[in-house]
Amino acid sequence: MAKANVIARTGNEAMAEAMRQINPDVVAAYPITPATEIVQIFASFVADGLVDTEFVPVESEHSAMSACIGASAAGGRTMTGTSSQGLALMAEMLYIASGLRLPIVLADVNRALSSPINIHCDHSDTMMVKEAGWIQIFSENSQEAYDNMIQAIKIAETAKLPVIVTTDGFIISHGMERIEILDDADVKKFVGVYKPENYLLNLERPITVGALDLQDYYFEHRRQAIEAIRNSKSVVLDVAKDYAAKFGKSYGLFEKYKLDDAECAIVAMGSTAGTAKVTIDTLREKGLKVGLLKPRLFRPFPKEEIADALQGMKAIAVMDRSDSMNGQEGPVCLEVKAALFDKGLNKAVINYIYGLGGREIRLEDIESVCNDLSSCLKGKAVNKINYLGVRD
Amino acid sequence: MANLKELSKGKELFTGGHRACAGCGAAIIARQVLMAAGPNTVVANATGCLEVVSTIFPYTAWNVPFVHSAFENAGATISGVEALYKSWIRQGKYDKKVNFIAFGGDGGTYDIGLQSLSGAMERGHNILYVCYNNEAYMNTGVQRSGATPHGADTTTAPVGKVKKGKEQYRKNLTAIMIAHDIPYVAQSIAGNWRDLTSKVEKALSIEGPKFINVFQPCRLGWGFEPELTCDMGRLAADTCIWPLFEVVNGQYRITYKPKEKKPVIEFLKLQNRFRHLSKPENKTILDEIQVRTDKNWEKLLQQEAPKP
Repeated sequence: MAKANVIARTGNEAMAEAMRQINPDVVAAYPITPATEIVQIFASFVADGLVDTEFVPVESEHSAMSACIGASAAGGRTMTGTSSQGLALMAEMLYIASGLRLPIVLADVNRALSSPINIHCDHSDTMMVKEAGWIQIFSENSQEAYDNMIQAIKIAETAKLPVIVTTDGFIISHGMERIEILDDADVKKFVGVYKPENYLLNLERPITVGALDLQDYYFEHRRQAIEAIRNSKSVVLDVAKDYAAKFGKSYGLFEKYKLDDAECAIVAMGSTAGTAKVTIDTLREKGLKVGLLKPRLFRPFPKEEIADALQGMKAIAVMDRSDSMNGQEGPVCLEVKAALFDKGLNKAVINYIYGLGGREIRLEDIESVCNDLSSCLKGKAVNKINYLGVRD
Repeated sequence: MANLKELSKGKELFTGGHRACAGCGAAIIARQVLMAAGPNTVVANATGCLEVVSTIFPYTAWNVPFVHSAFENAGATISGVEALYKSWIRQGKYDKKVNFIAFGGDGGTYDIGLQSLSGAMERGHNILYVCYNNEAYMNTGVQRSGATPHGADTTTAPVGKVKKGKEQYRKNLTAIMIAHDIPYVAQSIAGNWRDLTSKVEKALSIEGPKFINVFQPCRLGWGFEPELTCDMGRLAADTCIWPLFEVVNGQYRITYKPKEKKPVIEFLKLQNRFRHLSKPENKTILDEIQVRTDKNWEKLLQQEAPKP
């Protein structure tokens, strides 16, 4: 087993560190709070000659993703980072990156979308592009952000799909934590050398990338991309298995915390999962058999596995750090409900929209969620959609 | 500079069989640029006529590596390709000499792609950006762009009972590029192969960002007979509506001075988009175009003249 080194790093520092160890050929990026630091730190690695990367300090996020697409299509290992409005500005190009099957890795620091303008955490940016054909991986803390970044480059290049790895703005991005990082040589060996099949800089075999597909081909090419993202679930698991074998750190499609013997469950992504774990410990002592399901892979959504994991629950609370703005539940809740429905499971599912624009989610808030679950178990009526911590 | 015989001996890098209109100037430009550039070239193309007619899957007219991703980002896309090249050269993973050329129409260059172009030029990538400038959004059906000239009839600035076509003057994008202090900026036309190919050759011999604004007669959008495309380009130069010049490290050089400068009407009268200008009540517009063309030509002569 390769040894790890213990250091103190913020989420942004951890992601930048992973990027240094991956040593991509090209990074093209534009500053935006709270993701700025990732590329700022990376730029200092470039300035100090610690990486071979050509850093392209573009004039917008749209150009950042466009330059990444150019570099990736040309045959290079390519990465970037952004947040919120930056991800929104990239949106057009995100669809093109996945449609062209380019294995770009993007570090996204979750931040609320305007308007009103706000720089703090919620998941509305990542949710906005959940249909963009990118694999989406959420992180609970800096350690996961680091491990996810290193796995992401392998996932992307194996699945031939781009990957977004997220952290929560400020909560993870700027929170200092103890993390274990791998040796440079171990990371280098793990990620290997990227060998694209066809690429622009191969002058011996000129290719046309981004051709015009009309009624006679578009559907087939989209169908291939659809199949690729469906199949990427197994790629994520294979890479996690390899990572566990080499470095002893276990990752999957989601994490279960005290879920197997639970009667009710909380589903939460990102940093809130950590808060939920503490609350679950407290309430377990008080006799409530509650557990946590923390999705790591949100795209593709592992619906069969999640439905299986939740099938023993009598009540489920799904926490959404964004709203769908469609008159229904939040995006994670809708996914969970669809997954349960397909298994023929008619469960009591309660949705909580929380933490928008960085509104704090406290232990007491999660405790109130658990109390609702407890009421539900006792057959009491509970609101199906709740807005946690808002002044109504 | 290669002569026509030498140029024609090379492999066709932009082949026939594409779906461009008969008499399309963009196809002429793409073919001549690649003739001058040679096979060690990677092309990025903005969405637009050239991309649409040349890459209908499963066919391609491009015998060089080609990438299209979106409309407003040819500058950024070619930046990424060139950045990878630099990275690989530095890492010792690659050793060929490669030209990086972006093509964009005037819509993708003057308007929606201006930011991306400006960023690429400012960052100093070793690229050549070629604007095939047909003075409107031709691919979507002749809408006015920032390159559309004063008085032209387009579908979004049409000639009506009150309006007389585009009210504004066109943006001087070539001047904007010169203001970026890049080593090479030029104007050329479809219709003078020697002028265009020699400018491409010169541009590619210079390290850094380069820009060539190529005036491209569009028989569909301008409304003229398809066999007149190259004549229309030459008329634009002969009337000084589109002067041919280059600016090398800030030094202006006019590459074509008409022996006898023709009146603008000689150019305008052959095109449906200016048909309304022949009416007596629109004479002021015609006069304005002439005055402005003369003024711009005089200014260019001054810019070329050595300072006392």
